[in-house]
Amino acid sequence: MGKVLMRGNHVVAEAAVRAGCRYYFGYPITPQNEIPEYMSERLATVEGGVFVQAESEIASVHMVIGASMAGGRVMTSSSGPGISLKQEGISFLCALELPAVIVNMTRGGPGLGNIAPAQSDYFQSTRGGGHGDYRTIVLAPNSCQELADLTYEAFDLADKYRITVIILGDGMLGQMMEPVELPPEISLKKLPPKDWTITGAKGRPSRFIRSLILDPLLEEEHNWKLMRKYERISKEEVRWETYFTEDAKMIVVSFGIAARIAKGAIKRLRDEGLKVGLIRPISLWPFPSGAIRELAKKTKYFFVFEMNMGQMVEDVRIALDGAGEIHFYGRPGGIIPIPLEIARVISSQYYQKRLR
Amino acid sequence: MKKVFSRPKSIKKAYFHYCPGCGHSIIHRLIGEVIDEMNIQDKTVGVPPAGCAVLAYYYFDVDMGEASHGRAAAVATGLKRALPDRIIFTYQGDGDIAAIGTAETIHAAARGENITTIFVNNGVYGMTGGQMAPTTILGQSTTTSQGGRKEKRDGYPINLSEMLSLAPGSAYIERTAVDTPANILKTKKAIAKAFRVQMEGLGFSLVEILSSCPTNWKMNPEQAVKWMGDVMVKHFPLGVLKDVTGGKNDAR
Repeated sequence: MGKVLMRGNHVVAEAAVRAGCRYYFGYPITPQNEIPEYMSERLATVEGGVFVQAESEIASVHMVIGASMAGGRVMTSSSGPGISLKQEGISFLCALELPAVIVNMTRGGPGLGNIAPAQSDYFQSTRGGGHGDYRTIVLAPNSCQELADLTYEAFDLADKYRITVIILGDGMLGQMMEPVELPPEISLKKLPPKDWTITGAKGRPSRFIRSLILDPLLEEEHNWKLMRKYERISKEEVRWETYFTEDAKMIVVSFGIAARIAKGAIKRLRDEGLKVGLIRPISLWPFPSGAIRELAKKTKYFFVFEMNMGQMVEDVRIALDGAGEIHFYGRPGGIIPIPLEIARVISSQYYQKRLR
Repeated sequence: MKKVFSRPKSIKKAYFHYCPGCGHSIIHRLIGEVIDEMNIQDKTVGVPPAGCAVLAYYYFDVDMGEASHGRAAAVATGLKRALPDRIIFTYQGDGDIAAIGTAETIHAAARGENITTIFVNNGVYGMTGGQMAPTTILGQSTTTSQGGRKEKRDGYPINLSEMLSLAPGSAYIERTAVDTPANILKTKKAIAKAFRVQMEGLGFSLVEILSSCPTNWKMNPEQAVKWMGDVMVKHFPLGVLKDVTGGKNDAR
């Protein structure tokens, strides 16, 4: 099958269905409304497909919990304020070890903010806005193609680790159209069976799924069990991309759509003879700390660019652990800077550090 | 020798953690008996949210999935939509269903979600230690309505079942009590009917059961049962509030 021209939000929805997602529970919020709209139509054409527009984001994430308990591949989506409401459910999903995929097409915040593209939910996604010690895998696509590929993969990761996977996009990714090669439709029958679901105790002893563990010793053990899982994920599921880093004297660190803009800036700078490269974390958790540390062996100048006030800077600083200098440039509030603007700021830093 | 009384097979061999005189033990047993008699143990899934009965998965020998406070109807919706041929029930207290979970409950009823809700109303937050509930009646003293609930200060209690009976999607709503043997038997019939309504795919069914909480009411079990019958039922009248079956299959 060739490429099709699709809007980002539609791409996420179509890739999810192709990955075997049969249950979608959502609530309208801009700029992700095309996901529930698409799902409402698409899931009606699939055997066993269920779409429910819930009364709130809180209800929708708990419907996700129910469908996941039953063993289904399930998704919900929202944006900033709605994701805040889902945090209760995300903590429970993690405690109950239920697979789920949650899409956040981030908008400007805090509060109602606006409906323009932003990356200000980095902390919320990577630190967890809910209560308790937990982690979610956070994947940050930078194109419609990656929206398709990462959403598709997210369902496998969710099932493999019994974890919540967050697709952290933004209003621009959700709204823009690009040619996309869609992944093939999987056969649900070929997926590995789940031996922990609750479906009625037919031919086996009854089971229960719960997060209330009143005995602190057992709750501690549950936390250790989760921690061991998170450590495994930290080793096995780190994703990143590098761009012109071989000879780079300055490395830009950027994720998602901001990295796309940064690439444009780097192209310009390379034309001018400035040796600037890019590392783009694709998994924001687990964060590619090792890859950044490795780059610090070649250069100590790092330039972090985000469409927020510098949330990822903390992770870059932890990764470098003193091995490099960080300069941050951010445009929060829904502003989308153009490559020229970023090129100018990088170039100014480049000359100030006397790299040329 | 003929065996006339035993533990329902849908109830696990475990000691209830409930206080002496608490209605949960009776209600658990009634549900267990209904599941046995309807022969649906292997296709029933229960949803206990936070509250005294959140540990119900230690007692019901059916598949159970915990919900957070107030979200049982949403979790049950997810389960039922994924497993349309199973019997899904929630087991919720008054604080859970009529305060924090009001939206989830009303919208499950409005959608005609084909689930059964067992709503245990004892007019107080039991698990957290006796605070005012949305169903605490005027004048009733709790740890957060000191000196008795006053409408000006604390607002009025909510009769949720009456509200739910207005929803076009609700099929069967009945309020019962577990204060006398006769009412206990009526409660069992109501639970069985609610399950049947679900199995026939008629829509949302709910049984509100008035139940005693001697510990938090600061009464002995005998006084508590009497108070339930004398005072509580005046504010929460017993009876069928909605029945789209027109009384079909009522008696067993």
